[in-house]
Parts: sequence; C-alpha cells; structure tokens
Amino acid sequence: MNCGGQIAMNVLEIQGLSKLYRGRPAVDDVDLHLQPGESLAVIGHNGAGKTTLMKLILGLTRPTRGSISRWAWDGGKSRPTPASDAIGFLPESVTFPGSLSGHQMLRFYGRLKKVGKSQCNEMLELVGLAGAADQKISTYSKGMRQRLGLAQALLGKPDLLLLDEPTSGLDPFLRQHFYDIVGQRQSSGASLILSSHALTEIEARTDRIAIMKHGRLLEQGSLSALRQKAALPVIITVHYVPGMLAELRAIVPGSEVLQSSDGQRAQISCPQEQKIALLRQLTSRPDIVQDIGVRPPGLDDLYTYFVNGVGE
Amino acid sequence: MTMLRPVLILAAEEFQEGVRNRWVISVLLLLATLAFSLAVLGASPIGETRASAMSVTTVSLASLSVYLIPLIALTLSYDSIVGERERGTLLLLMTYPVSRGQIIAGKFIGHFSIIALAILLGYGATGVYISATADIQVQDWLLFASMLGSSLLLGSSFIALGYLISVSVSSSATAAGLAISAWLFIVVLFDLLLLGLVLADSEGRIHADLFAGLLLLNPADIYRLFNLAGSEAASLVSGSLGALDNSFLNANLLLGVLCLWILAPLLTSVWIFKRHEL
Repeated sequence: MNCGGQIAMNVLEIQGLSKLYRGRPAVDDVDLHLQPGESLAVIGHNGAGKTTLMKLILGLTRPTRGSISRWAWDGGKSRPTPASDAIGFLPESVTFPGSLSGHQMLRFYGRLKKVGKSQCNEMLELVGLAGAADQKISTYSKGMRQRLGLAQALLGKPDLLLLDEPTSGLDPFLRQHFYDIVGQRQSSGASLILSSHALTEIEARTDRIAIMKHGRLLEQGSLSALRQKAALPVIITVHYVPGMLAELRAIVPGSEVLQSSDGQRAQISCPQEQKIALLRQLTSRPDIVQDIGVRPPGLDDLYTYFVNGVGE
Repeated sequence: MTMLRPVLILAAEEFQEGVRNRWVISVLLLLATLAFSLAVLGASPIGETRASAMSVTTVSLASLSVYLIPLIALTLSYDSIVGERERGTLLLLMTYPVSRGQIIAGKFIGHFSIIALAILLGYGATGVYISATADIQVQDWLLFASMLGSSLLLGSSFIALGYLISVSVSSSATAAGLAISAWLFIVVLFDLLLLGLVLADSEGRIHADLFAGLLLLNPADIYRLFNLAGSEAASLVSGSLGALDNSFLNANLLLGVLCLWILAPLLTSVWIFKRHEL
C-alpha cells in the first residue's frame, strides 16, 4: 500500500547498454527491464542487434558501456561472474549431435546444470518428447529438435528464458504447442524474452514489444500502447452491392474510399477515434453495405511505421 | 571439486561420443591389425640377428606410429571447437556454468582417453601375443612399455595441436585443411628440410647440438629420437640416428620437451579461446 508502485523486483534490469564491434555499435544505449512472469518480444531487421542483446544478457560478451543487473563484470576478466541463477537459453540455430538420443542429450545438459534424471524426464514429458526420448536425435523432425532445445532451456527451471527465433521453421500447429509450453512456465513465474520475425504470432502472445533498429531501441510497450503512439488508421473493408460505389461514398463523406479491382469491395481508412461513428453510418445502410471487415493496425504495420522513422 | 565436475562431465561425454560413433573401436582395430602384422613379420626369421622379436616389433611399431598417431589425434581434435561453433552447440554450452578453460580441459581428457584406450589395447594385445610366442627379456618389456608411454604423449601433443587449430579458425573446412598441412609439415616435410640442410652443409659447419636442438622443435622427431635412438637395442635394430649419440639429448630431456609440446599448444588454445568474441 505505502510503496505505491513497484512490488516485485525486476528479473532483469538493463541500463545504458552499448556494445561496439570495431567501433560500430551493435547495441546502442539500450534501457530495458523485465518483471517476473512478463514476456517481451524483441523485433527488428536482421542485424538490428537482437542476437547481440541476447548474448549480452547471457553474459557471453562484455558490454562496452552500461550495466546488466544479472552480471557483475569485473576489471579485465574475460568471463563474468553470475550474479544470479542461470538463464534458460534456446539459440537461433543449434544442431544437437545426431548419434545421441534425446534423453542422453538432455541428461548431459542436466548434469552440467546439476539437474537430476527425474527433472530431465519431466521436461521431456512437458515438451511432448517422452515417447521419442530413446530415439536418436538424427531421426527427429525439425519440430522435435526444436522442442528438445526448449526442454534444454527449461532445465533447472530458470526464472528467465531467452529464446532466439524459437519458432522459425515450425508449422502453425507446432508453433501453437511451443507457445503453450512456454506459457505454462510463464504462469509459474518465469519471465521470457524472445526474438522473432513472425510478427503476427508475437502479437497475441507477449506482454510487451521492443522494436530495435541499428542497435537502438526505437520503441517499447504493449501492443495497445504502441498502437496509441503510432495512431495508425483502422482499415475498414466494405463489401457493397455491385455498382453502388457512389452511394457508398455518399454515406461516409470526408473519408477516403479506395475501390478494389473486383468492383465489390472498398477500403476505408479512418482514425481510431472515428471508427465507431463510421461503422454506425455504414451499418445503417444495409441496402448498400453487405459486409464489413475491420482490421486494426497489426504489429507489422506498427513495425513498418516505427522502423521507417515516421514516428520520430 | 566444483572446478573439476564440469571437466569430467565434458570428458565423459566426449569419450562416450567416441564410443558411440565407433571411433574407438575402428582406431583400436586399425592399430591392433598393424601391430599384429608387424609382430608376425618381425618374428619370421630373416637371417641371423642379435635383436629379439620384441624389440624388432617395438621399433617397427614406433616408426609406424610416428605417422599414424599424429594423424589419428588430429582427426579427433581439429573439429572439436570450430565444429561445435558451427553447429551452435558451443554458444549454448557457454551459457551453462562451464568456463572456456574447462571446455578445453574436458575435451582433452575425453580425447586422450579415446587414444589411450586404442593404443594400449591395440598395441598391448600384440605385446601379449609376442610374449606368448617368443622368449622375452625384462629389457624388451621396458622398451615396449616406454614406446607405449611415449605414444600416448605423442598423441596428446597432436590432440593439443588440433585444438590450437580449432580455436584459431572460423570454419571446419579450414581447420581440416590446416590439420592435414600441419601433419604433412611436422611428420614428413620437417625432416626433409633438415636433411636438405645437412646435405647443403657439406663442410660440417652446423654443430651437432644445433642439429639436435632443431629436432626438439618437432614433437614427432622427439618421439622418433626417444624410441629409435634412445636405447641400445633400438639403435642396433634401426641403425639410424647414430650421429646423435654424442649430443646432449637423453631420454629424460626428450620426454620433458615432448610434455612441453603438449602443454604449450593446450595452454595457447585456452588463451586464444578465452579471447574470442562469440
């Protein structure tokens, strides 16, 4: 009550983080924080600094400037001292040796993390590989390998999961399954950072989104906050009775109506705050309007908007 | 103990991988077959010789090993870091509580165990065979045992050299090329160069000690010297390298320098590996 805002301590706190490779910034003055159970998607072009940011968070490479709460970098040492528990990590592309079985592979990583056999089996069960645990990895499909990678990241039940392009190459069903598993860990308190190109699938599954470009963090916030900030128009698609385009235009004076080539559909873009009024006008004329589709600006629209610098 | 634990886990994994992909068994069979053939050939009476069957076999094995063991060791180790880097497992491994020094140490122990097992069983079986078929003196056993021991050192040295290659390049293919080149240069070309030097030096200006010193620059030559010139019985059989009998080289020095040839590339590999930006 009396402290008012912050209750739980942040899982991760990054301040003024920069990493220069040969004088060129790969990560440039990034501030970021993550609360327990929160999920953050980092999006950006290839080379925007997503992977470097992950390596910095993992303590694999030392920052040129700035600080990461989990690592205490000291003087000239090449390896940092972990300031807290291990992080679960799934690299963008990893090929486990095919001669091992899934179980053998997981046991190896388990031993390194000091995790016993029962938890290895538990994780195999969780990712749905229990039945294939004794098969060689060389017989695994792409989805099974990716799930094995996830099981490895979940070992030791870390409070922070870092997933680099976790669903690339997976079919929609497997993606769903993948996010279900991650969701389970999240509901038991684990925080999540993931990078992805698949913007549409991130949309519904992460609490916050961070957009990176040239190593800098352009924007971060929830999808609705980003929408508000960008103030992109809503696209309304109208199916009208053929030949009645002029009448349709007359219903919505002042709005730009774009005709599609088939002569039955038109697109109207309108500011978010005028959407309801416009829809009311359209639905009042069922003799002209047959169907209405409403599409709010998606993450890909927002991404394009922010990355192209329109927001600056 | 906490420092050693990850090393042993990695070593066990590396060794099991060697067993699983049949590396151990194929190298073991190769070495055993060769050693056995040499033993059978060496035992067949070709004229009158003062050397025993065991020492003949030992010397023949040593002159074969000097080519074979470096090749096996390099094949085992050249890919171990750069290959894992390419497959992405190295990046993953680094996020575990394992230091880079521990990674190299673990791999080294694992690879050493593979080579040691193959050499000891492959050559050892032959030793047992000879002792069962011929009259063996204690002297012969000592000679054979020191050949086995120095073979392990030779193998270790080239495993370490393989790591040095593996941490220094950025692709598996480059590492393979370098490993073959290293083998060719160290095992074959180096001696040819020295031979050329001796031939060019018709006036004998190169001091024997300098020549001996040059040989110490090459772990394969150290192994050769140790096994082929190190003992009376061996020089009796091999007949060569007698020119060095009067130099400062002795068995202990040779073994010492051979150990340096393990430590130096191993520590340099760790040093380079620690400086890598991932």
